[in-house]
Amino acid sequence: MKTIKVMMRFPASQTDKPVTSYLVRDYNLVFNILQAQIHPGMRGELTMELTGSEEDLANGIAFLRGEHIEVVVVSRSIVWDCDSCVHCGACTAVCPSAALSLGSDGLLSFDESKCVLCELCVKSCPLSVMAVNYTEN
Amino acid sequence: MTRTFDEINDKIRRGQVAVFTAEEAVEMARECGVSEAARKIDVVTCATFGPMCSSGAFINFGHSDPRIRMTEITLNNVPASGGLAAVDTYMGATEQSRTEGMSYGGAHVIEDLIAGRPVTLRASSPGTDCYPRRSLEATLTLAELNQAYLYNPRNGYQNYPAATNSSGRALYTYMGTLLPDYGNVTYSTSGELSPLLKDPELRTIGIGTRVFLAGAQGYVAWQGTQYTRGHDAYEDGDDFNGATLAVIGDMKRMNPRYIRAAVFPRYGVTMFVGLGIPIPVLDEDLMDRLSRSNERIFTQLVDYSTGRLSRPTLGRVSYAQLRSGSINLAGRVVPTAPLSSLYMAREIAALLKQDVSRGEFLLQEPVEMLPVSHPMNPMAGVKEERLP
Ligand code: SF4
Ligand code: SF4
Repeated sequence: MKTIKVMMRFPASQTDKPVTSYLVRDYNLVFNILQAQIHPGMRGELTMELTGSEEDLANGIAFLRGEHIEVVVVSRSIVWDCDSCVHCGACTAVCPSAALSLGSDGLLSFDESKCVLCELCVKSCPLSVMAVNYTEN
Repeated sequence: MTRTFDEINDKIRRGQVAVFTAEEAVEMARECGVSEAARKIDVVTCATFGPMCSSGAFINFGHSDPRIRMTEITLNNVPASGGLAAVDTYMGATEQSRTEGMSYGGAHVIEDLIAGRPVTLRASSPGTDCYPRRSLEATLTLAELNQAYLYNPRNGYQNYPAATNSSGRALYTYMGTLLPDYGNVTYSTSGELSPLLKDPELRTIGIGTRVFLAGAQGYVAWQGTQYTRGHDAYEDGDDFNGATLAVIGDMKRMNPRYIRAAVFPRYGVTMFVGLGIPIPVLDEDLMDRLSRSNERIFTQLVDYSTGRLSRPTLGRVSYAQLRSGSINLAGRVVPTAPLSSLYMAREIAALLKQDVSRGEFLLQEPVEMLPVSHPMNPMAGVKEERLP
Protein backbone atom coordinates (compact mmCIF):
# COMPACT_ATOMS: atom_id res chain seq x y z
CA MET A 1 0.00 0.00 0.00
CA LYS A 2 1.15 3.48 -0.79
CA THR A 3 -0.28 6.97 -0.32
CA ILE A 4 0.28 9.70 -2.85
CA LYS A 5 -1.09 13.18 -3.24
CA VAL A 6 -2.56 14.26 -6.50
CA MET A 7 -3.94 17.50 -7.81
CA MET A 8 -6.64 17.09 -10.43
CA ARG A 9 -7.78 19.80 -12.81
CA PHE A 10 -11.18 19.16 -14.30
CA PRO A 11 -12.37 20.68 -17.54
CA ALA A 12 -15.82 22.28 -17.29
CA SER A 13 -17.46 19.28 -18.98
CA GLN A 14 -16.29 16.86 -16.28
CA THR A 15 -17.12 18.64 -13.02
CA ASP A 16 -20.42 16.85 -12.53
CA LYS A 17 -19.06 13.31 -12.99
CA PRO A 18 -18.53 11.36 -9.75
CA VAL A 19 -15.02 10.26 -10.75
CA THR A 20 -13.91 9.75 -7.17
CA SER A 21 -16.52 7.07 -6.62
CA TYR A 22 -15.17 5.20 -9.70
CA LEU A 23 -11.72 5.30 -8.12
CA VAL A 24 -13.13 3.56 -5.07
CA ARG A 25 -15.36 1.10 -6.89
CA ASP A 26 -13.18 0.13 -9.86
CA TYR A 27 -9.65 0.71 -8.58
CA ASN A 28 -9.88 -0.12 -4.83
CA LEU A 29 -8.45 3.27 -3.95
CA VAL A 30 -9.15 5.12 -0.73
CA PHE A 31 -9.29 8.88 -1.04
CA ASN A 32 -9.10 11.80 1.33
CA ILE A 33 -9.94 15.23 -0.05
CA LEU A 34 -7.52 17.93 1.09
CA GLN A 35 -8.60 20.93 -0.93
CA ALA A 36 -11.49 21.30 -3.33
CA GLN A 37 -12.63 24.04 -5.61
CA ILE A 38 -15.32 22.67 -7.83
CA HIS A 39 -18.29 24.51 -9.20
CA PRO A 40 -20.58 22.36 -11.39
CA GLY A 41 -20.34 23.41 -15.02
CA MET A 42 -17.05 25.25 -14.51
CA ARG A 43 -13.38 24.30 -14.27
CA GLY A 44 -12.49 22.74 -10.96
CA GLU A 45 -9.48 21.73 -8.90
CA LEU A 46 -9.23 18.99 -6.35
CA THR A 47 -6.26 18.02 -4.22
CA MET A 48 -6.51 14.66 -2.53
CA GLU A 49 -4.63 11.79 -1.05
CA LEU A 50 -5.02 8.42 -2.75
CA THR A 51 -4.10 5.17 -1.03
CA GLY A 52 -3.81 1.81 -2.76
CA SER A 53 -1.40 -0.65 -4.34
CA GLU A 54 1.10 0.64 -6.89
CA GLU A 55 -0.83 -1.06 -9.67
CA ASP A 56 -4.24 0.26 -8.62
CA LEU A 57 -2.83 3.76 -8.26
CA ALA A 58 -1.31 3.65 -11.75
CA ASN A 59 -4.53 2.32 -13.26
CA GLY A 60 -6.65 4.87 -11.38
CA ILE A 61 -4.54 7.75 -12.64
CA ALA A 62 -4.65 6.38 -16.19
CA PHE A 63 -8.43 6.24 -15.90
CA LEU A 64 -8.61 9.89 -14.76
CA ARG A 65 -6.36 11.03 -17.61
CA GLY A 66 -8.60 9.10 -20.03
CA GLU A 67 -11.47 11.22 -18.74
CA HIS A 68 -9.54 14.35 -19.82
CA ILE A 69 -8.71 15.23 -16.25
CA GLU A 70 -5.25 16.64 -15.75
CA VAL A 71 -3.52 14.75 -12.94
CA VAL A 72 -0.33 15.88 -11.25
CA VAL A 73 1.32 14.04 -8.42
CA VAL A 74 2.19 16.65 -5.84
CA SER A 75 4.23 16.81 -2.71
CA ARG A 76 3.16 18.42 0.49
CA SER A 77 5.37 20.73 2.46
CA ILE A 78 5.11 23.12 5.36
CA VAL A 79 5.84 26.77 4.71
CA TRP A 80 6.73 29.30 7.37
CA ASP A 81 5.97 32.95 6.72
CA CYS A 82 8.98 34.27 8.59
CA ASP A 83 8.11 37.95 8.11
CA SER A 84 4.75 37.59 9.88
CA CYS A 85 6.10 35.37 12.66
CA VAL A 86 6.41 36.96 16.11
CA HIS A 87 8.73 34.20 17.38
CA CYS A 88 6.43 33.41 20.30
CA GLY A 89 7.35 29.74 20.24
CA ALA A 90 3.82 28.33 20.59
CA CYS A 91 4.46 26.04 17.61
CA THR A 92 7.52 24.52 19.29
CA ALA A 93 5.20 23.19 22.01
CA VAL A 94 3.60 20.74 19.58
CA CYS A 95 6.33 19.99 17.04
CA PRO A 96 7.21 16.31 17.60
CA SER A 97 10.44 16.32 15.60
CA ALA A 98 12.24 19.47 16.77
CA ALA A 99 11.97 20.82 13.23
CA LEU A 100 10.80 24.01 14.90
CA SER A 101 12.99 25.43 17.62
CA LEU A 102 13.86 28.71 19.29
CA GLY A 103 17.47 29.81 19.21
CA SER A 104 19.23 31.58 22.06
CA ASP A 105 18.63 34.81 20.12
CA GLY A 106 14.92 34.14 20.57
CA LEU A 107 14.34 33.59 16.87
CA LEU A 108 12.34 30.66 15.59
CA SER A 109 14.09 28.43 13.13
CA PHE A 110 12.51 25.85 10.88
CA ASP A 111 14.60 22.89 9.80
CA GLU A 112 12.54 21.46 6.98
CA SER A 113 14.63 18.31 6.77
CA LYS A 114 13.42 17.27 10.23
CA CYS A 115 9.75 18.00 9.49
CA VAL A 116 7.48 14.95 9.54
CA LEU A 117 4.54 16.86 8.01
CA CYS A 118 2.23 16.24 10.97
CA GLU A 119 0.72 19.74 10.51
CA LEU A 120 0.36 20.25 14.27
CA CYS A 121 2.15 23.59 13.99
CA VAL A 122 -0.29 24.72 11.30
CA LYS A 123 -3.15 24.14 13.72
CA SER A 124 -1.37 25.63 16.71
CA CYS A 125 0.22 28.84 15.44
CA PRO A 126 -1.88 31.70 16.85
CA LEU A 127 -0.94 33.96 13.95
CA SER A 128 -1.56 31.41 11.17
CA VAL A 129 1.90 31.85 9.76
CA MET A 130 2.57 28.11 9.28
CA ALA A 131 0.75 26.72 6.26
CA VAL A 132 0.55 23.59 4.12
CA ASN A 133 1.74 23.98 0.59
CA TYR A 134 1.24 21.59 -2.31
CA THR A 135 3.73 21.69 -5.13
CA GLU A 136 3.82 19.75 -8.38
CA ASN A 137 6.46 17.05 -8.54
CA MET B 1 23.26 55.55 46.88
CA THR B 2 19.77 56.87 46.13
CA ARG B 3 18.17 58.59 43.14
CA THR B 4 14.85 60.33 42.61
CA PHE B 5 12.64 60.40 39.52
CA ASP B 6 13.44 64.11 39.13
CA GLU B 7 17.19 63.54 39.17
CA ILE B 8 16.88 60.83 36.57
CA ASN B 9 14.65 62.95 34.35
CA ASP B 10 17.21 65.75 34.56
CA LYS B 11 19.88 63.34 33.36
CA ILE B 12 17.56 62.22 30.54
CA ARG B 13 17.04 65.84 29.46
CA ARG B 14 20.79 66.50 29.55
CA GLY B 15 21.46 63.37 27.52
CA GLN B 16 23.56 61.85 30.33
CA VAL B 17 21.37 59.02 31.46
CA ALA B 18 22.68 55.44 31.68
CA VAL B 19 19.98 53.08 30.41
CA PHE B 20 20.28 49.30 30.30
CA THR B 21 17.78 46.66 29.22
CA ALA B 22 16.79 44.25 31.98
CA GLU B 23 18.97 41.53 30.46
CA GLU B 24 21.97 43.86 30.24
CA ALA B 25 21.39 44.95 33.84
CA VAL B 26 21.38 41.31 35.00
CA GLU B 27 24.68 40.79 33.17
CA MET B 28 26.21 43.96 34.62
CA ALA B 29 25.24 42.99 38.20
CA ARG B 30 26.67 39.52 37.63
CA GLU B 31 29.99 41.02 36.50
CA CYS B 32 30.49 43.82 38.97
CA GLY B 33 28.05 43.23 41.81
CA VAL B 34 24.79 44.88 42.79
CA SER B 35 26.25 48.01 44.45
CA GLU B 36 28.46 48.83 41.52
CA ALA B 37 25.60 48.17 39.07
CA ALA B 38 23.35 50.46 41.10
CA ARG B 39 25.94 53.23 40.78
CA LYS B 40 26.37 52.74 37.05
CA ILE B 41 22.74 52.29 35.94
CA ASP B 42 20.00 54.94 36.13
CA VAL B 43 17.19 53.21 34.27
CA VAL B 44 16.39 49.58 33.40
CA THR B 45 13.96 48.88 30.55
CA CYS B 46 11.63 45.89 30.86
CA ALA B 47 9.21 44.52 28.28
CA THR B 48 6.83 41.77 27.38
CA PHE B 49 5.05 40.72 24.20
CA GLY B 50 2.46 38.07 24.93
CA PRO B 51 -1.18 37.18 24.44
CA MET B 52 -3.36 39.41 26.64
CA CYS B 53 -7.07 38.63 26.28
CA SER B 54 -8.24 41.45 28.52
CA SER B 55 -7.64 44.17 25.95
CA GLY B 56 -9.87 46.43 23.90
CA ALA B 57 -10.48 49.84 22.37
CA PHE B 58 -12.73 52.80 23.11
CA ILE B 59 -13.81 54.54 19.93
CA ASN B 60 -15.83 57.64 19.10
CA PHE B 61 -17.01 57.74 15.48
CA GLY B 62 -18.42 61.29 15.32
CA HIS B 63 -22.06 62.01 14.51
CA SER B 64 -23.93 61.12 11.33
CA ASP B 65 -26.57 63.35 9.75
CA PRO B 66 -29.21 62.88 11.00
CA ARG B 67 -27.85 61.73 14.34
CA ILE B 68 -28.07 58.12 15.50
CA ARG B 69 -27.90 56.65 18.98
CA MET B 70 -26.31 53.34 18.09
CA THR B 71 -27.51 50.35 20.10
CA GLU B 72 -26.41 47.49 17.83
CA ILE B 73 -22.89 47.94 16.50
CA THR B 74 -20.56 45.80 14.43
CA LEU B 75 -17.11 46.58 13.04
CA ASN B 76 -16.22 44.27 10.13
CA ASN B 77 -19.11 42.09 11.41
CA VAL B 78 -17.63 41.81 14.91
CA PRO B 79 -20.08 43.00 17.58
CA ALA B 80 -18.97 45.98 19.66
CA SER B 81 -20.67 47.41 22.72
CA GLY B 82 -23.88 49.37 22.10
CA GLY B 83 -24.08 50.19 25.77
CA LEU B 84 -22.35 53.58 25.74
CA ALA B 85 -23.40 57.03 24.47
CA ALA B 86 -24.67 57.67 20.93
CA VAL B 87 -21.54 57.14 18.85
CA ASP B 88 -19.16 55.68 21.42
CA THR B 89 -18.24 52.03 21.62
CA TYR B 90 -15.86 49.56 23.23
CA MET B 91 -14.46 46.87 20.99
CA GLY B 92 -13.29 43.93 23.08
CA ALA B 93 -10.33 41.97 21.71
CA THR B 94 -11.85 38.50 22.17
CA GLU B 95 -15.21 39.27 20.53
CA GLN B 96 -15.79 36.98 17.53
CA SER B 97 -17.06 37.71 14.04
CA ARG B 98 -20.70 36.94 13.31
CA THR B 99 -19.74 35.63 9.88
CA GLU B 100 -16.25 34.19 10.30
CA GLY B 101 -16.41 32.87 13.86
CA MET B 102 -13.15 32.71 15.74
CA SER B 103 -10.90 33.25 12.74
CA TYR B 104 -11.55 37.02 12.92
CA GLY B 105 -12.40 39.03 16.00
CA GLY B 106 -12.14 42.26 17.93
CA ALA B 107 -8.35 41.97 18.06
CA HIS B 108 -8.25 41.83 14.26
CA VAL B 109 -10.45 44.94 14.02
CA ILE B 110 -8.03 46.76 16.35
CA GLU B 111 -5.03 45.54 14.36
CA ASP B 112 -6.66 46.59 11.07
CA LEU B 113 -7.37 50.07 12.43
CA ILE B 114 -3.82 50.54 13.76
CA ALA B 115 -2.41 49.33 10.43
CA GLY B 116 -4.49 52.05 8.70
CA ARG B 117 -6.82 49.63 6.95
CA PRO B 118 -10.46 50.72 6.45
CA VAL B 119 -13.06 49.09 8.69
CA THR B 120 -16.80 48.83 8.03
CA LEU B 121 -19.14 50.09 10.74
CA ARG B 122 -22.75 48.93 10.74
CA ALA B 123 -25.11 50.28 13.37
CA SER B 124 -28.79 50.33 14.14
CA SER B 125 -31.04 51.98 16.66
CA PRO B 126 -34.73 52.14 17.58
CA GLY B 127 -34.55 55.91 16.91
CA THR B 128 -35.45 58.70 19.35
CA ASP B 129 -36.67 62.29 18.96
CA CYS B 130 -33.14 63.60 19.37
CA TYR B 131 -31.47 60.71 17.47
CA PRO B 132 -33.93 59.91 14.66
CA ARG B 133 -31.66 57.84 12.42
CA ARG B 134 -32.24 54.07 12.60
CA SER B 135 -29.37 52.53 10.70
CA LEU B 136 -26.15 53.31 8.92
CA GLU B 137 -23.16 51.77 7.23
CA ALA B 138 -19.82 53.55 6.94
CA THR B 139 -16.26 52.70 6.00
CA LEU B 140 -13.76 54.36 8.28
CA THR B 141 -10.06 54.51 8.96
CA LEU B 142 -8.30 55.24 12.24
CA ALA B 143 -7.36 58.76 11.13
CA GLU B 144 -11.06 59.59 10.66
CA LEU B 145 -12.09 58.62 14.18
CA ASN B 146 -12.37 61.33 16.83
CA GLN B 147 -10.86 59.16 19.54
CA ALA B 148 -9.51 55.66 19.46
CA TYR B 149 -7.56 54.46 22.46
CA LEU B 150 -6.74 51.10 23.90
CA TYR B 151 -7.91 50.56 27.41
CA ASN B 152 -6.72 47.14 28.45
CA PRO B 153 -8.24 46.20 31.82
CA ARG B 154 -5.65 43.52 32.55
CA ASN B 155 -2.17 43.49 31.04
CA GLY B 156 1.34 42.93 32.24
CA TYR B 157 0.65 40.00 34.56
CA GLN B 158 3.35 39.93 37.19
CA ASN B 159 3.81 36.20 36.85
CA TYR B 160 1.75 33.40 35.40
CA PRO B 161 1.80 29.67 36.14
CA ALA B 162 3.25 27.34 33.52
CA ALA B 163 0.77 24.81 32.13
CA THR B 164 0.79 21.09 31.50
CA ASN B 165 -1.79 18.35 31.01
CA SER B 166 -1.93 15.01 32.82
CA SER B 167 -5.10 13.85 31.04
CA GLY B 168 -5.28 11.42 28.16
CA ARG B 169 -6.45 13.93 25.55
CA ALA B 170 -4.98 17.09 24.04
CA LEU B 171 -6.36 20.31 25.54
CA TYR B 172 -6.81 23.45 23.46
CA THR B 173 -6.38 26.37 25.83
CA TYR B 174 -5.28 29.97 26.08
CA MET B 175 -1.97 28.43 27.15
CA GLY B 176 -1.72 26.86 23.69
CA THR B 177 -2.14 23.20 22.75
CA LEU B 178 -1.35 21.04 25.79
CA LEU B 179 -0.46 17.56 24.62
CA PRO B 180 -1.82 14.56 26.56
CA ASP B 181 0.02 12.71 29.31
CA TYR B 182 2.43 15.53 30.24
CA GLY B 183 3.35 15.87 26.56
CA ASN B 184 4.56 19.45 26.95
CA VAL B 185 4.75 22.47 29.23
CA THR B 186 3.92 26.01 28.10
CA TYR B 187 4.61 29.29 29.88
CA SER B 188 3.80 32.88 29.17
CA THR B 189 6.01 35.57 30.65
CA SER B 190 9.23 37.17 29.51
CA GLY B 191 10.91 36.13 32.80
CA GLU B 192 13.83 38.36 33.67
CA LEU B 193 12.62 40.99 31.16
CA SER B 194 9.12 41.14 32.64
CA PRO B 195 8.28 44.54 34.22
CA LEU B 196 6.37 43.49 37.35
CA LEU B 197 8.87 40.73 38.12
CA LYS B 198 11.68 43.27 38.16
CA ASP B 199 9.97 45.76 40.46
CA PRO B 200 8.02 43.14 42.39
CA GLU B 201 6.98 45.44 45.23
CA LEU B 202 5.71 48.01 42.70
CA ARG B 203 7.87 50.74 44.20
CA THR B 204 8.07 52.64 40.89
CA ILE B 205 4.99 51.41 39.02
CA GLY B 206 1.57 52.82 39.91
CA ILE B 207 -1.20 55.01 38.56
CA GLY B 208 0.24 57.47 36.06
CA THR B 209 3.41 55.53 35.21
CA ARG B 210 4.32 56.22 31.59
CA VAL B 211 4.69 53.02 29.60
CA PHE B 212 5.42 51.85 26.08
CA LEU B 213 2.13 50.46 24.81
CA ALA B 214 2.22 48.95 21.33
CA GLY B 215 4.59 51.63 20.06
CA ALA B 216 2.85 54.61 21.72
CA GLN B 217 3.57 56.30 25.02
CA GLY B 218 0.70 55.20 27.24
CA TYR B 219 -0.02 55.15 30.95
CA VAL B 220 -0.93 52.87 33.79
CA ALA B 221 -4.54 53.86 34.41
CA TRP B 222 -5.45 51.72 37.40
CA GLN B 223 -4.76 48.40 39.03
CA GLY B 224 -5.53 45.66 36.55
CA THR B 225 -8.57 43.45 37.03
CA GLN B 226 -7.87 40.42 39.26
CA TYR B 227 -5.01 42.38 40.83
CA THR B 228 -3.91 40.45 43.90
CA ARG B 229 -1.23 41.20 46.43
CA GLY B 230 -0.38 39.89 49.84
CA HIS B 231 -3.12 37.27 49.58
CA ASP B 232 -1.78 35.07 46.88
CA ALA B 233 -1.67 31.38 47.62
CA TYR B 234 1.50 31.12 45.53
CA GLU B 235 3.32 33.97 47.21
CA ASP B 236 6.13 32.32 49.07
CA GLY B 237 9.30 34.16 49.89
CA ASP B 238 10.59 35.69 46.74
CA ASP B 239 7.78 34.54 44.44
CA PHE B 240 5.55 37.40 43.43
CA ASN B 241 2.60 36.68 41.25
CA GLY B 242 -0.65 38.51 41.39
CA ALA B 243 -0.20 42.16 40.37
CA THR B 244 -1.70 43.28 37.05
CA LEU B 245 -2.04 46.64 35.31
CA ALA B 246 -4.81 48.45 33.46
CA VAL B 247 -3.12 50.44 30.70
CA ILE B 248 -4.28 53.11 28.31
CA GLY B 249 -2.77 54.51 25.11
CA ASP B 250 -3.61 56.35 21.90
CA MET B 251 -4.12 53.94 18.99
CA LYS B 252 -3.25 56.71 16.53
CA ARG B 253 0.32 56.60 17.78
CA MET B 254 0.66 52.83 17.83
CA ASN B 255 2.71 50.66 15.52
CA PRO B 256 1.13 47.48 14.13
CA ARG B 257 4.43 45.65 14.69
CA TYR B 258 3.86 45.77 18.45
CA ILE B 259 0.24 44.63 18.60
CA ARG B 260 -0.98 41.52 16.79
CA ALA B 261 -4.31 39.75 16.64
CA ALA B 262 -4.06 36.03 17.34
CA VAL B 263 -6.24 32.96 17.43
CA PHE B 264 -5.67 30.05 19.76
CA PRO B 265 -7.20 27.01 18.05
CA ARG B 266 -10.47 25.84 19.57
CA TYR B 267 -10.16 28.55 22.21
CA GLY B 268 -10.67 31.86 20.47
CA VAL B 269 -9.35 35.28 19.61
CA THR B 270 -6.75 37.09 21.65
CA MET B 271 -4.16 39.78 21.15
CA PHE B 272 -0.40 39.96 21.50
CA VAL B 273 0.31 43.28 23.20
CA GLY B 274 3.73 44.87 23.41
CA LEU B 275 4.24 46.51 26.80
CA GLY B 276 7.43 48.15 28.01
CA ILE B 277 8.15 49.86 31.32
CA PRO B 278 11.33 51.77 32.28
CA ILE B 279 12.28 51.23 35.91
CA PRO B 280 14.39 53.90 37.64
CA VAL B 281 17.17 52.53 39.83
CA LEU B 282 16.16 54.42 43.00
CA ASP B 283 18.52 52.53 45.28
CA GLU B 284 20.55 49.36 45.77
CA ASP B 285 17.57 47.47 47.03
CA LEU B 286 15.74 47.99 43.76
CA MET B 287 18.91 47.10 41.85
CA ASP B 288 19.01 43.86 43.78
CA ARG B 289 15.54 43.05 42.48
CA LEU B 290 16.48 44.16 38.99
CA SER B 291 19.53 41.93 39.03
CA ARG B 292 17.49 38.75 39.48
CA SER B 293 18.07 36.46 36.54
CA ASN B 294 15.88 33.65 35.19
CA GLU B 295 17.66 31.26 37.58
CA ARG B 296 16.18 33.22 40.49
CA ILE B 297 12.65 33.80 39.18
CA PHE B 298 10.15 31.02 39.67
CA THR B 299 6.62 30.11 38.75
CA GLN B 300 4.22 27.33 39.61
CA LEU B 301 3.53 24.47 37.25
CA VAL B 302 -0.22 23.84 36.98
CA ASP B 303 -2.10 20.85 35.61
CA TYR B 304 -4.89 22.01 33.26
CA SER B 305 -6.54 18.58 33.08
CA THR B 306 -9.35 19.59 35.43
CA GLY B 307 -12.08 21.99 34.43
CA ARG B 308 -12.57 23.04 38.05
CA LEU B 309 -11.67 26.45 39.45
CA SER B 310 -8.80 25.14 41.49
CA ARG B 311 -6.17 23.30 39.49
CA PRO B 312 -3.51 21.07 41.03
CA THR B 313 0.00 22.48 41.15
CA LEU B 314 2.90 20.18 40.42
CA GLY B 315 5.68 22.25 41.89
CA ARG B 316 7.86 25.23 41.27
CA VAL B 317 10.09 25.81 38.25
CA SER B 318 12.54 28.58 37.39
CA TYR B 319 12.39 30.51 34.14
CA ALA B 320 15.92 29.29 33.44
CA GLN B 321 14.60 25.71 33.52
CA LEU B 322 11.62 26.63 31.35
CA ARG B 323 13.85 28.47 28.88
CA SER B 324 16.22 25.54 28.60
CA GLY B 325 13.70 23.71 26.40
CA SER B 326 12.80 20.86 28.74
CA ILE B 327 12.15 20.03 32.37
CA ASN B 328 11.96 16.83 34.37
CA LEU B 329 8.40 15.95 35.23
CA ALA B 330 6.89 12.70 36.49
CA GLY B 331 10.21 10.98 35.81
CA ARG B 332 10.35 12.11 32.19
CA VAL B 333 11.98 14.84 30.17
CA VAL B 334 9.13 17.07 29.00
CA PRO B 335 9.63 19.77 26.35
CA THR B 336 8.83 23.35 27.34
CA ALA B 337 7.70 26.15 25.05
CA PRO B 338 6.90 29.82 25.56
CA LEU B 339 3.81 31.65 24.31
CA SER B 340 5.10 35.15 24.79
CA SER B 341 7.80 36.27 22.42
CA LEU B 342 11.24 36.76 23.93
CA TYR B 343 12.45 38.13 20.62
CA MET B 344 9.83 40.89 20.53
CA ALA B 345 10.22 41.63 24.26
CA ARG B 346 13.94 42.18 23.66
CA GLU B 347 13.21 44.43 20.71
CA ILE B 348 10.80 46.55 22.79
CA ALA B 349 13.22 46.78 25.72
CA ALA B 350 15.95 47.93 23.32
CA LEU B 351 13.63 50.45 21.65
CA LEU B 352 12.57 51.87 25.00
CA LYS B 353 16.23 52.10 26.03
CA GLN B 354 16.91 54.10 22.88
CA ASP B 355 13.92 56.42 23.47
CA VAL B 356 14.93 57.12 27.08
CA SER B 357 18.59 57.65 26.12
CA ARG B 358 17.61 60.13 23.41
CA GLY B 359 15.44 62.13 25.76
CA GLU B 360 12.23 61.13 23.99
CA PHE B 361 10.76 59.19 26.90
CA LEU B 362 10.69 60.75 30.36
CA LEU B 363 9.89 58.76 33.47
CA GLN B 364 6.65 59.57 35.24
CA GLU B 365 6.48 59.05 38.98
CA PRO B 366 3.19 57.37 39.99
CA VAL B 367 0.54 59.85 41.14
CA GLU B 368 -0.82 57.10 43.37
CA MET B 369 0.66 53.76 44.36
CA LEU B 370 -1.23 50.50 43.85
CA PRO B 371 -2.47 48.69 46.96
CA VAL B 372 0.08 46.58 48.83
CA SER B 373 -2.66 44.22 49.91
CA HIS B 374 -5.60 43.15 47.83
CA PRO B 375 -7.52 39.84 47.76
CA MET B 376 -8.85 37.97 44.77
CA ASN B 377 -12.19 36.40 45.58
CA PRO B 378 -14.04 33.72 43.64
CA MET B 379 -17.45 34.66 42.23
CA ALA B 380 -20.05 35.22 44.93
CA GLY B 381 -23.63 34.00 44.87
CA VAL B 382 -23.16 31.27 42.29
CA LYS B 383 -23.89 27.57 42.81
CA GLU B 384 -21.25 25.00 42.02
CA GLU B 385 -22.03 22.96 38.94
CA ARG B 386 -21.00 19.41 38.15
CA LEU B 387 -18.74 18.90 35.16
CA PRO B 388 -20.07 16.49 32.52
S1 SF4 C 1 3.57 29.87 16.73
FE1 SF4 C 1 3.49 31.01 14.80
S2 SF4 C 1 4.07 33.11 15.35
FE2 SF4 C 1 4.65 31.81 17.07
S3 SF4 C 1 6.81 31.27 16.65
FE3 SF4 C 1 5.58 29.63 15.77
S4 SF4 C 1 5.26 30.26 13.62
FE4 SF4 C 1 5.96 32.08 14.73
S1 SF4 D 1 4.44 19.79 10.44
FE1 SF4 D 1 4.84 18.76 12.42
S2 SF4 D 1 6.99 18.14 12.27
FE2 SF4 D 1 6.68 19.67 10.65
S3 SF4 D 1 7.27 21.57 11.59
FE3 SF4 D 1 5.06 21.38 11.88
S4 SF4 D 1 4.83 20.44 13.90
FE4 SF4 D 1 6.97 20.14 13.30
